[in-house]
Amino acid sequence: MSVVYLVLPLALLVVGAAVFAFIWSARSGQFDDLETPAMRMLHDEATRRSEKR
Amino acid sequence: MTAAFVVDSPVATTHDIACAHCGLPVAEGFVREGAERQFCCAGCDTAFAILHEHGLDQYYAFSERREAPVRSSGRSFEEFDHPAFADLYVKQTAEGLHRTELYLEGVHCSSCVWLVERVPLLLDGVVRAELDVRRSLAVVEWNAERVALSAIARQLDSLGYAPHPFRGVARDTMRKREDRAMLVRIGIAGAIAINVMLAALALYAGEVNGMERSFERFFRWISLAVTIPAFIWPGRVFFTGAWASIRTRTLHMDLPIAIALAAGLVRGAINTFTDSGPIYFDGLAILIFALLVGRFLQQRGQRMATDSAELLHALTPVSARIVDGEGTAEVTRDIPSEALLPGMTLDVRAGESFAGDGTILSGHSSVNAALLTGESRPVSVGEGDRVFAGTLNVAAPLRVRVEEAGEGSRLSRILQQVEASATRKVPIVQMANRMAGIFVAVVLTLAALTFAIKYSFAPDRALDDAIALLIVTCPCALALATPLAITVAVGRAAQNGVLIKGGDALELLSKPGTIVLDKTGTITEGRVALVEWIGPEWVKPLVLSLEQGSSHPIADGFRRAWEGVDVHEVVDAQHVVGGGLYGTVNGHHVRIGSARFVLEHATDANGVIETSAQFGATLTRVFVAVDGSVVAAAGMGDRIRDDAQHALDSLRSRGWTTILLSGDTPDVAHAVGRSLGFSDGQTVGGASPEDKLAFVEKLRAQGTVVMVGDGVNDAAAIAAASVGIGVHGGAEACLSTADIYLTKPGLGALVDLVNGAERTMRVIRRNIALSLGYNVIGAGMAMLGILTPLIAAVLMPTSSITVVLGSWYSTTFPRVRRAQS
Repeated sequence: MSVVYLVLPLALLVVGAAVFAFIWSARSGQFDDLETPAMRMLHDEATRRSEKR
Repeated sequence: MTAAFVVDSPVATTHDIACAHCGLPVAEGFVREGAERQFCCAGCDTAFAILHEHGLDQYYAFSERREAPVRSSGRSFEEFDHPAFADLYVKQTAEGLHRTELYLEGVHCSSCVWLVERVPLLLDGVVRAELDVRRSLAVVEWNAERVALSAIARQLDSLGYAPHPFRGVARDTMRKREDRAMLVRIGIAGAIAINVMLAALALYAGEVNGMERSFERFFRWISLAVTIPAFIWPGRVFFTGAWASIRTRTLHMDLPIAIALAAGLVRGAINTFTDSGPIYFDGLAILIFALLVGRFLQQRGQRMATDSAELLHALTPVSARIVDGEGTAEVTRDIPSEALLPGMTLDVRAGESFAGDGTILSGHSSVNAALLTGESRPVSVGEGDRVFAGTLNVAAPLRVRVEEAGEGSRLSRILQQVEASATRKVPIVQMANRMAGIFVAVVLTLAALTFAIKYSFAPDRALDDAIALLIVTCPCALALATPLAITVAVGRAAQNGVLIKGGDALELLSKPGTIVLDKTGTITEGRVALVEWIGPEWVKPLVLSLEQGSSHPIADGFRRAWEGVDVHEVVDAQHVVGGGLYGTVNGHHVRIGSARFVLEHATDANGVIETSAQFGATLTRVFVAVDGSVVAAAGMGDRIRDDAQHALDSLRSRGWTTILLSGDTPDVAHAVGRSLGFSDGQTVGGASPEDKLAFVEKLRAQGTVVMVGDGVNDAAAIAAASVGIGVHGGAEACLSTADIYLTKPGLGALVDLVNGAERTMRVIRRNIALSLGYNVIGAGMAMLGILTPLIAAVLMPTSSITVVLGSWYSTTFPRVRRAQS
């Protein structure tokens, strides 16, 4: 059971990484418009030169 | 009397033939014999031609397409190229491109995204077009050396997405930042809640099966360590909110929440240090998460409601053409309309709008003032008449001496009133917040009582029980009850063609009050249509040929009604302002216009003019004379929407008082009012925008007033009303100030809206009752001292889940199956 002392902090580190990834994605604007990209992904590629701003 | 409003045969629709572009049924008169494709209107025809020419037929493979005829404004958008426009809206990108944001009308589905984002393929020089569907906002980047912004605007317009400059860029960036911060908070709170819950699960299991003390202590410390960040980062908003509530002495839900959170954290931390008694961290972490979600939903709902009238300013032209010098030395030059001053002379061509208020110096024309007055028919104007900024010069060039410009113009004053009444509008306090005061008092009293009574016989348990009570009664489900029900209802309403910007509106609409309706464009279709026609078939091509070159609304009416009719070549067409048109078609001399005008060179041998007297009083009579004899009469007017009668009847049967408030002449207003069952006391005609505002404000003193309108002339009244509703096809100004916007044509959606509002309020009340029920049970158990942390940890999320499920499975607005087409 004493492996808990090691595994739990490790698990929390993984959580920390996930939270960090979420913060990054939210701040870079990936959640700003949730509707249009869903519609866009089914369209064929055309001459859209830049995907990001 | 009512016969005048009955749809006449040339515009009746058949359901057999669908428009090749928008899929709507094509009116019988528009069907072209033997043509491969049929179109419901010229706009759709143009849009189809553009797409076809560029090989974009793939558009028609989308299952979900715009189901509205393309109605392009046909404007030149020249002002988009003006330096003054560029200063305000256009930015340079790092790559040397130009970039602007345009607000597009008529955007709503995935095919719109596809089409708008294909603009770079249609126009050389456009590098990027990206559309945000929800906000109808397109970001466009282009190479200024290869294409002009006005050309891009015209292209969008001809596809049916009339563009407007977007002014709210600064506020938009701020909102984005706020939204992102809120999302980050929710994410962190969620991650923490789940992990603390896992630790708690181990602890509860240990309580049942037995657990080594050292492990138990470890889990308790881990819980504390993980919970603290939840208080420092995401949870901080509740403490700042509670502090503001204390400082301003206004009770807010944040106060009981903050008390519960603080009490729980302090007690839990002490119990962790002393290694005895319950810790509350799992419950607290879930609370913070659930409350933030509720707050987020609420914020998003209110966000849209605070949209003000910024788009309105796009109504006045960006540039003005002024005349310098006199006689032969006179020159015209363009200046930004901000630089326009009283005393200058304006040169306004047909089809342009006036940049300022003023008096006509020379020229005769007709002016469409529907924007300001709601009057559907253009008014003839001549020397000495006053014209107003934003109204449209329909027929001929005019010279105008400017008297008021910019801030001083009538349009600008109306817009200021719109903004003022929008800010003056007191947001109604939501039911949950109204209850906050009582709630705090009751909970604090109960906690104090519990502590006092327990202290007298079991002092060691007194504090724990009092804190357990505070935590278990934390108004989590209560805080979720309203926003959740409203969010679900607003989402469903949107699928049903009703865009609700503020949840408050639903609360107000749930009880009957007074509903004030505009006439032109709201109850009627808002454009001149051919309603009555007496005359032989062979006259139609002659009339249409002559009207083909005219931009007059009456000509539009003929064109729409007779789209499939052949057109001949016209020789020497002349337009007489205030009279009509004449010219030679196929060798015949044709005159179209008022009775006086045609009788100048024709006789009424067949008694057509006399027969036409049976047309309704609201119709403008137009006569056709061919080779000196009057042969046909047309009744042109604004048709009443098909579903208006039904919608009004259902509203009245629900106890709403209906009032018709029109800017049109009292005669017309009363004629339309009577045909729809408005009593004379409930019909007001000839109301200026200022009158409408005053009327609505006066009514507001007596209770809920709902204003339904479509034009700028209604905008101030819409902003001032308890609930403002903009109808389909309305002016942007009116839509941006309205609380609710109907995206489907017609008034049927009004009835759905009122029904939905009633049901939504029922769901909210049920939610509040449920969450209070859980609180009563929890508080009772805490007072009796039988509330273990485990029961509390089960009880709290259960109450929230009940509220979530109750809101989701409520039937506020009908759920929509996917579009059938």
